[in-house]
Amino acid sequence: MDQRVVISGFGGQGIMSMAQLIVYAGMMDGKNVSWVPSYGPEMRGGTAYCNLVVSDMKIGSPVVTKPNTLIVMNLPSLIKFEKSLVPNGLLLMNSSIISQRPARNDIRPYGIKINDLAVELGNLRTANMIMLGAYVELTKAVSDDSVFASIKKVLGGAKKELVSLNIDAFKLGAKSVHAMCAKI
Amino acid sequence: MEKVLMKGNEALAESAIRAGCRYYFGYPITPQSEIPEYLSKRMPQVGGVFLQAESEVAAINMVYGAAAAGARTMTSSSSLGISLKLEGISYIAAAELPCVIVNIMRGGPGLGGIQPAQSDYFQATKGGGHGDYRLIVYAPSSVQELADMTYQAFDIADMYRNPVMILGDGLLGQMMEQVELPEFKENKLIKTADKSWAATGTKESRPPNIFNTLYLDPEKLEELNLALFEKYKAIESREVRAEEYMTADADLLLVAYGITARIVKTAIDEARKKGIKAGLMRPITLWPFPKALANQLSAQVKCILTVEMSQGQLIEDVCLAVGRRVPVHFYGRVGGMIPSVEAVYHEICRYAGMKDDALLELDAGIRYTYAEV
Amino acid sequence: MEIVFGRPKALTKVEFHYCPGCTHGIIHRLVAEIIDELAIQGKSIGIASVGCSVMAYDYFAVDMIQAAHGRAPAVATAVKRVHPESVVFSYQGDGDLAAIGTAEIVHAAARGENITVIFVNNGTYGMTSGQMAPTTLIGQKCTTCPEGRDPGRAGYPIRMSELLATLDGATYISRESVHTPARINSAKKAIRKAFEVQLRKEGFSLVEILSTCPINWGLNPVDSLKRVEDEMVPFYPLGEIKKCREV
Ligand SMILES: Cc1ncc(C[n+]2csc(CCOP(=O)(O)OP(=O)(O)O)c2C)c(N)n1
Ligand code: SF4
Repeated sequence: MDQRVVISGFGGQGIMSMAQLIVYAGMMDGKNVSWVPSYGPEMRGGTAYCNLVVSDMKIGSPVVTKPNTLIVMNLPSLIKFEKSLVPNGLLLMNSSIISQRPARNDIRPYGIKINDLAVELGNLRTANMIMLGAYVELTKAVSDDSVFASIKKVLGGAKKELVSLNIDAFKLGAKSVHAMCAKI
Repeated sequence: MEKVLMKGNEALAESAIRAGCRYYFGYPITPQSEIPEYLSKRMPQVGGVFLQAESEVAAINMVYGAAAAGARTMTSSSSLGISLKLEGISYIAAAELPCVIVNIMRGGPGLGGIQPAQSDYFQATKGGGHGDYRLIVYAPSSVQELADMTYQAFDIADMYRNPVMILGDGLLGQMMEQVELPEFKENKLIKTADKSWAATGTKESRPPNIFNTLYLDPEKLEELNLALFEKYKAIESREVRAEEYMTADADLLLVAYGITARIVKTAIDEARKKGIKAGLMRPITLWPFPKALANQLSAQVKCILTVEMSQGQLIEDVCLAVGRRVPVHFYGRVGGMIPSVEAVYHEICRYAGMKDDALLELDAGIRYTYAEV
Repeated sequence: MEIVFGRPKALTKVEFHYCPGCTHGIIHRLVAEIIDELAIQGKSIGIASVGCSVMAYDYFAVDMIQAAHGRAPAVATAVKRVHPESVVFSYQGDGDLAAIGTAEIVHAAARGENITVIFVNNGTYGMTSGQMAPTTLIGQKCTTCPEGRDPGRAGYPIRMSELLATLDGATYISRESVHTPARINSAKKAIRKAFEVQLRKEGFSLVEILSTCPINWGLNPVDSLKRVEDEMVPFYPLGEIKKCREV
């Protein structure tokens, strides 16, 4: 297993924390992991992205220029990173706000209306957790149990309800990705 | 030991505390501000001192004071901030004081940018400040190594009474990886390290300890320089560290350090799939540079390719080490751009004589041949 | 029809990169309006410092020089000595002017350099994400004083304007704020006076302006303005601090 992932979206969409949960869970599963954020003032409201690797092997380059999974939370991210995806790579799009189809037909695109689902759940901020659920369901890159443990760990002293809300969002994403993500 | 997930900057900071560093002086600058931020929280918890100085100039002179007073002490900054510290570093080296200086490099020259670079290699290894002095320079390439080398740096600094530099870059500082943090050093142990030379007050029981770098008499100044020279020779003979990757049968040798070395490793893996016998020498100590190893490896290869995030600085040490035995080529990105695995792979293919389609169009970057045979 | 509220000529068309609710933008505008009103655009030379306003060179439509962190007053000094008939101003944050650049500002003032300094005090290091500044108030939380500034460890905030006012070379020093329309008017008047001092070759002039940093204060823009009034003004009293000759 060698997941080389780029996650991209607006600052504030919870990209960094979503990526962090994946690598945290990967570490608990005994994999090698790395997490490289974009940093700097452009993050204020601009595009934020993150490179992550979860691998059975020792990680050489932690910089992901040719991802095998691309997760885009907004349209500029799709435009910026679509080209970089390897052939037959997995593309996960936030179809609540991306109505455009990807330009390439040699990749595996999935859409999931994470914003709408998050609103249904009662908290827009859980959209990233829904995407996380979809990603884990499709790739099995990390185990569900490790994700739950990471959520508990990262949210730390937060209220129980918040932890269970995030876990619910994760499960909703895992469930909805089959139901909603017929090929676009 | 339990593995934890940490940013490079934070792992480095925690590791310094575990090595017994209780005095940190710094000034904020991206991409290393997590170091002072982390220590502003941690130092008070362990009874240490975190002090945000009014400038890098002040911070390095606080380090001079703390080191002379016998403490384990550290400062950190990034490129342009290190430029400001150079005067102090020269004094610290001249006074033979142990300390750790961290440079998490960013693009330059001038105010430059905040993205990763390796363009301070000359500054770190060739002096930077005035006078004949040497820093022991470690170049970690992972979060684990940031932690481990920082931990060891304090002992090495004490052993040689010499400043030690940790030379990282913005990518290493900002990225997270799993890391096993080193054990806490017993406070007692550190205190018993012989620092009878320190300025602690004579307690009227010994002659004063004096820290001075002024020698108006040239004979005296030569004496100091000769003593330093002997020390540097000893360090050169004992402290060289390097990693070899797939060099046993290599006929094309890559040389790279820090995060770039990891990018190169992945490119070598790709090249090996195509039957190209590429290997890597990764200097872990930039000074002292692994001259002998470079020279020895150059005997078995057709050419050498150095890859750096600079216009080519490490390459000069490679050339000095191997003479004119084989051609030494360069590939690099500058200004905060990071060489991609693909670009390095393409360069390897080019020098291996592979006619790959992808090579028709050259990747962005600087390339040249430094030394023809 | 006459345009009454257009963009000052001395500002370029480049859109500010400042965070929502940041008052750096207002201060830029005031400086530009004065440059227009005094008709000195063609002979103004600005010195940008290092901080959030580093890109001032993109915003002011005058010759601009970007200086190293804290060194703007030294650069300004030399520019003014080379071109005594020009109007030279620096635009500096509180980290830039009151920490790393303390020596430069003190000595430019002491020499009575005939320059104008716009000093933006937001009590934190904005650009590097909210570390403690020399002007950070006691108890204020920053990323390098997570428990709040403790004078036992980090000393006391500096009132730069008062400190500089003790120097004989300083001619005009005023502390202003831009958190209400009335304050904006007052700040504009002070900036005008400061430039006029320079035009009359009367020596060093500086206007300190209390400013917001909503993003690093962790407050929304409205609460940030309120914080200026409630917390900053009591420690940093507003008004003219030094006025030599009939400014
Ligand atoms: C020599 C040097 N040290 C540190 C930095 C990093 N740095 C950039 S801006 C800044 C502080 C800016 O704060 P301030 O002057 O208060 O301006 P603000 O961003 O709040 O407007 C620092 C420390 C630098 N650029 N150069
Ligand atoms: S960080 Fe603060 S000072 Fe800088 S632009 Fe944002 S609000 Fe303004």
